[in-house]
Amino acid sequence: MKKLMTLAAAFIMLAAFKPAADGLHTGSKATDFKLKNVDGKMVSLSDYKDAKGYIVVFTCNHCPFAKKYESRIIALDKKYKKMGYPVIAINPNDPVAAPEDSYENMQKVAKVKKYPFPYLFDETQEVALAYGATRTPHVYLLQKEGNDNIVRYIGAIDDNSDDESAVKEKYVENAVDALLGGKAISTDFTKAIGCTIKWKKA
Amino acid sequence: MLRGLIITALALGMLGANVGTINMQQLKDATQNQTNDTLYVVNFWATWCKPCVAEMPYFRQADEKFKGQKVKVVFVSLNSTKELAQVNKFVADKNITQQVHVLDAGNPNVWINQVDTNWSGAIPATIMYKGGKKVLFREGEFTQAELDSIIKNKTK
Repeated sequence: MKKLMTLAAAFIMLAAFKPAADGLHTGSKATDFKLKNVDGKMVSLSDYKDAKGYIVVFTCNHCPFAKKYESRIIALDKKYKKMGYPVIAINPNDPVAAPEDSYENMQKVAKVKKYPFPYLFDETQEVALAYGATRTPHVYLLQKEGNDNIVRYIGAIDDNSDDESAVKEKYVENAVDALLGGKAISTDFTKAIGCTIKWKKA
Repeated sequence: MLRGLIITALALGMLGANVGTINMQQLKDATQNQTNDTLYVVNFWATWCKPCVAEMPYFRQADEKFKGQKVKVVFVSLNSTKELAQVNKFVADKNITQQVHVLDAGNPNVWINQVDTNWSGAIPATIMYKGGKKVLFREGEFTQAELDSIIKNKTK
């Protein structure tokens, strides 16, 4: 009985600290969502009729890594939206834990930095949970296939958060370029240091 | 004169921290590859990571509490190596007496998996080694009670 309780306790601990143990993998079908953009309108992937896919980026205001990557996320959208791969940015953080990431502050940042992409608020955190996002920034590159959106790459934007000029591998760009060129993606999953997603306290 | 210098040097030593960089092999040699019976508690953190900073006192208190029981806490900062001065200031301000290093290991996509394949890269993350073996890995923070009970359990 004691053993069982220890096991149960361990399971509860695991469940509490690994909310994103499942989530999507390369090749999975990504679910669509309907989230509020900073302009007050609701946005879904299916709204983008002409898109070939999406660069979904879980990001936020407060995280220093997200800040370091902000201009690179804007550059990704500017480069690839016209080729059919727009950036869809999602803030999954609980504003109670990270007040800088409130909807009002998202609106401010998007305005000041002139975000060319939608910046959506995942208020219930259901999208981040379903995707298996764990940190910010965390990229999910999706490719449209009929009515489905298939995950083609999960991970970091590139291999150097600190210094853009020292980047050796632009993971996201390489992956989108491969999709556009009908080639296989050489690196379809990467890890990076980032801020943990601030989950709501149960 | 000499006495004044010594006092100044002592005061400086107390005020300024002495945090340097460490590479992955050095970190492994100092923790994972130690085959003695000390429990090495390696905590990955950064000055910009709020939950990391919040749980640091738990590690420091545990280090104090288990002082006689072969527990060694090692803080590994994932601040950029360009932020070494910032980390030193933080360590001096908080008067942290445990070992602190700033990791200089190159591409995270390579070294994160070397630490633990289950690690997504989010911090805080903590790993414990004993006798050359990994005995715990966790991505996420602890409470003081959890940390104490885990250390107690692993040092038995």
